[in-house]
Amino acid sequence: MSAAVELNDVTLRYGADPNETPALRGVNLNVPAGDFAAVVGRSGCGKSSLLKLVSGLQPATHGTVSVDGEPVTRPVGVVGMAFQNSSLLPWRSTLENVLLPLEVVAHKRRDYRKNKKQYEQRACELLATVGLAGQEQTPPKSLSGGMRQRVSLCRALIHEPQLLLLDEPFGALDAFTKEELWQVLQELWRATGCTVILITHDLSEAVLLANTVYVMGPRPGRMIYRADIALKRPRELNDRFDRDFIDTVAELRHHIGQSHAGRQAA
Amino acid sequence: MVTRKRLEPLLPWIVTIGFFAVWEVAVWALQIEVFILPAPSDIYRSFVRWHEAIWFNSLQTLYTTLIGFGLAVVGGMLLGLLIGYSKLAYSALYPILIGFNSIPKVALVPVFVIWFGIGTVPAILTAFLISFFPIVVNVATGLATVEPELEDVLRSLGATKRDIFLKVGLPASMPYFFASLKVAVTLAFVGSVIAETVASNRGVGYMMIAAQGRFDVPLVFAGLVAIAAMGIVLYAMFAWLEQRLTSWAYR
Repeated sequence: MSAAVELNDVTLRYGADPNETPALRGVNLNVPAGDFAAVVGRSGCGKSSLLKLVSGLQPATHGTVSVDGEPVTRPVGVVGMAFQNSSLLPWRSTLENVLLPLEVVAHKRRDYRKNKKQYEQRACELLATVGLAGQEQTPPKSLSGGMRQRVSLCRALIHEPQLLLLDEPFGALDAFTKEELWQVLQELWRATGCTVILITHDLSEAVLLANTVYVMGPRPGRMIYRADIALKRPRELNDRFDRDFIDTVAELRHHIGQSHAGRQAA
Repeated sequence: MVTRKRLEPLLPWIVTIGFFAVWEVAVWALQIEVFILPAPSDIYRSFVRWHEAIWFNSLQTLYTTLIGFGLAVVGGMLLGLLIGYSKLAYSALYPILIGFNSIPKVALVPVFVIWFGIGTVPAILTAFLISFFPIVVNVATGLATVEPELEDVLRSLGATKRDIFLKVGLPASMPYFFASLKVAVTLAFVGSVIAETVASNRGVGYMMIAAQGRFDVPLVFAGLVAIAAMGIVLYAMFAWLEQRLTSWAYR
């Protein structure tokens, strides 16, 4: 199950002052169901605001946001989210953290209470696929940063969301842990088939994982470039050293540099 | 390092016994009169002689303290949650709370006596008032300092305000709540004893004032020691409870 995401001429302004530069202006985005899209850009160009719009945490000032053909007006349980900070609840065990969405999402709640054992089983399986078998009862503070991020991914997926929103989930990890988790994410996406929108600073990460990479420019945040990544699947870490891959990254880099130069000239 | 490890649990005892030893020696060496500063041995003798009165009055003080403290826990928790959760309640209630907390509680005891007469009720109320504030402030702080991302995780799933409160806010504020209980329970003793010294016919505070009238200074000090001992025991109980229930918040 997966959902298409569509943003039509979306503007987002946090303050009430109409003369203030909006966080996002005229953003169009179209992610087909089951696709993997990445959004790259400098800090503060509105990437996180984009996710807040899609998840329904923040209403658009102008324009329409729709998920699975339905306009988004408030948060609904069809979305799974993970952030740079794993934000696990420290008083819960790893397993209890993964199960959290089931206690909250409206259409899963009752079913979860009836079939607790079954869902716990599923959570354990999910933890095993990200390499955390045997850590079910560990408190989050005893896990490493990379392990916490794995748990956070499991929590984002346990309620079988149609859409996975990732806000720099690997931003705080060391290079090797990151590489491992790229593989994990690719595998999870293949297995679940949900739509993914990944926000990142890391251009190699975007090109390695996504089908389409969007480049955002700052102040106001807007889409300035779109690249379709035609590399074969499944992708290996070593693909990063191929000619095509390097060219694509260089091209994206160029567009991000331009957005910055243009801003300075203005 | 082995000696240090073995020393650590003994250290509180060594320091406490050392404190009384220095006191005893100082009183003897400086020839201080017993009605100025009694030696620990005098206080001990007073304990032995008056143990029935001390026991009876200590129980009374413990009783008023715990009732006042219990009310403060319930009230402080509720008000703290309200203030920490709602910005509106915070800005509306904070000034008046600060104002109430600034009032010396001893000044209120005569008012309580006018309302409720001499005895148990003023002591309970004073214990309540003095221990109420730190609980409110701590619970409110605990709620207000919850990471917004933790709430976002739940909000993006379509969680209701009630869900967020029960699953994130309440558990996140528990370490603050338990930390405040340790402070509040010792403050509650201060409150009840103050009230007893001003207006009561029972309790350690009353016993001390009565002893003072007879220049029985060792008994005054025996009362102080009894209060201190009860304070330590209750503090230790809540510290233990804190360890048990919110161990996740500590290393």
